[in-house]
Amino acid sequence: MPHDTTITTPRSGRTTVDSSVVAKATSAHRKRRATVWAIRLALVAGWLVSWELTATYWIDPFFYSKPSAVWQRLVEWFTVGTSQGSIWEQIEVTLQEAVLGFALGALAGVVLGILLGRSRLLAEICAPFIKAANAVPRIVLAALFVLWFGLGMTSKVATAFVLVFFAVFFNAFQGAREVDRNLVNNARVLGASRLRVLTSIVVPSATSWILASLHIAFGFALIGAVVGEFTGASKGLGLLINRSQNMYDAPGIYAGMIVITVIALLAEWLLSVLEKRLLRWRPQAGGTEVRV
Amino acid sequence: MTPDPVIELRNATKRFRASSGGVHTAVRDLTMTVRGGAFVAVVGPTGCGKSTTLSLVSGLEPPSEGVVLVRGEEVFCIPPGVGYMFQNDAVLPWRSVLDNVASGPRYRGSSRAEARDRARVWVERVGLAGFEGYYPHQLSGGMRKRVALAQTLVNEPEILLMDEPFSALDVQTRSLMQDELLRLWAGSDAAVVFVTHDLEEAIALADRVVVMTASPATVKASFDVALPRPRNVEEIRMTDEFLFVYREIWDSLREEVNRAREEASHRAA
Ligand SMILES: Nc1ncnc2c1ncn2[C@@H]1O[C@H](COP(=O)(O)OP(=O)(O)OP(=O)(O)O)[C@@H](O)[C@H]1O
Ligand SMILES: [Mg+2]
Repeated sequence: MPHDTTITTPRSGRTTVDSSVVAKATSAHRKRRATVWAIRLALVAGWLVSWELTATYWIDPFFYSKPSAVWQRLVEWFTVGTSQGSIWEQIEVTLQEAVLGFALGALAGVVLGILLGRSRLLAEICAPFIKAANAVPRIVLAALFVLWFGLGMTSKVATAFVLVFFAVFFNAFQGAREVDRNLVNNARVLGASRLRVLTSIVVPSATSWILASLHIAFGFALIGAVVGEFTGASKGLGLLINRSQNMYDAPGIYAGMIVITVIALLAEWLLSVLEKRLLRWRPQAGGTEVRV
Repeated sequence: MTPDPVIELRNATKRFRASSGGVHTAVRDLTMTVRGGAFVAVVGPTGCGKSTTLSLVSGLEPPSEGVVLVRGEEVFCIPPGVGYMFQNDAVLPWRSVLDNVASGPRYRGSSRAEARDRARVWVERVGLAGFEGYYPHQLSGGMRKRVALAQTLVNEPEILLMDEPFSALDVQTRSLMQDELLRLWAGSDAAVVFVTHDLEEAIALADRVVVMTASPATVKASFDVALPRPRNVEEIRMTDEFLFVYREIWDSLREEVNRAREEASHRAA
């Protein structure tokens, strides 16, 4: 076709909004955030103080512990070290297991989910097996894995893997299934091969589904690693909690929980950053933008 | 213009499994040819099977019976050189306007830079210059249609299937796009099959208007439109010849539209 003409439609100029309006909206937004944070902090403070008071005057702090004791244990862990050695070493071990299990489980889940999501025959054949495997109480597998793989890292990675795999698999499967047929047909007519349809249409379509599952999945990976360590290990946060339990050290259990929670929150934040980057094309759900 | 038919449907029938469990015949015994370089408009009542006909030609759906030939060869998969602008938006929400338009060349093996260069020309040509970096959700419905048009045309198809491409556009943009389509088509030897609800649009653009029957679709009648070219879509509407052709075709189409309406009300009752 010749390249000689151009349609010119009147394009509405993007009007620039008055800067004072923007400034006003920004300051209102900031104020709101400050209020939200103030209320959150007040809630946490109220909870901690009431716990401290009840544990001091009414309930037995031996079983229920209290914030000041937990704090003391945390300080001790990070300055002196734990009964199992440096706290950083425990964190490192648990994190390694979780991240490895997460990466392998997510990869396997995504690949298999998309494969089965796009192949009806394969999906039909595998459906009952997957349903059965999903129904197995997977936490119990942790005990089996310790028998199979020993006390080392492998058994924990395996536990994390099975927990992550199913969470990611089902989402990737659903995501790959719900791809708009229209988009696939359009790509095929435009000249895409089967592989290109998969990489340029199916995978991006399923991305929001997959990313949603990854948030939960990292939590599962941590649980898998900790439960694995709890069941039998030579190092790690799960072991630390296990030892605390054996020594009736309630503050130690709480302290372990707090460390794990902080790790999970950090991972969650990292995943949110990744999600935001990958899903830039999506309309903003509101809230993060300054409303003018 | 090549005299051989580039598209040929011989007694093509397409049946779908209906959701009620029965079989729904969307297209029955359809025979139709389109010559190289021709501009054929297809009109018919809603739901009669126009989109289905295009999907047979594009190779996306196989016919249940009969044969579909493109350039003399039976269609088994998507024939090369076919462009298809779908009735529903098919732009990729995760790609910017420029990358959406560059999709075709990318799929066909161009480098990223080359594909983008070609895309930029077409983005400009459909009047979207300045919006290259926008994502589809930031565009109006009409702008998305134009992205789809550029996406199809950038491949420079020899056979262009268009399924109500301009129905979502406002009146002014629509006549601009119609004129532009005619200009682009005149400079190429592409054959166009243009499905529309709008009989005026059909006559203003096409050499031949095919009227389809109410469901299941088959060709009811075919009318040659001997209006002179080059045409200006806005002006040609006012001419006596246009009105004459319009009346003739509308008489034929009206029966089918009424029949489709009656059937629909029967089904609803
Ligand atoms: N994939 C499908 N499965 C089942 N039925 C289908 C399918 N595609 C189309 N049909 C049926 O075939 C008939 C014709 O559909 P088609 O989309 O071709 O109509 P159309 O003429 O393009 O209508 P419109 O003008 O409203 O776009 C409809 O009754 C529709 O329900
Ligand atoms: Mg249609």
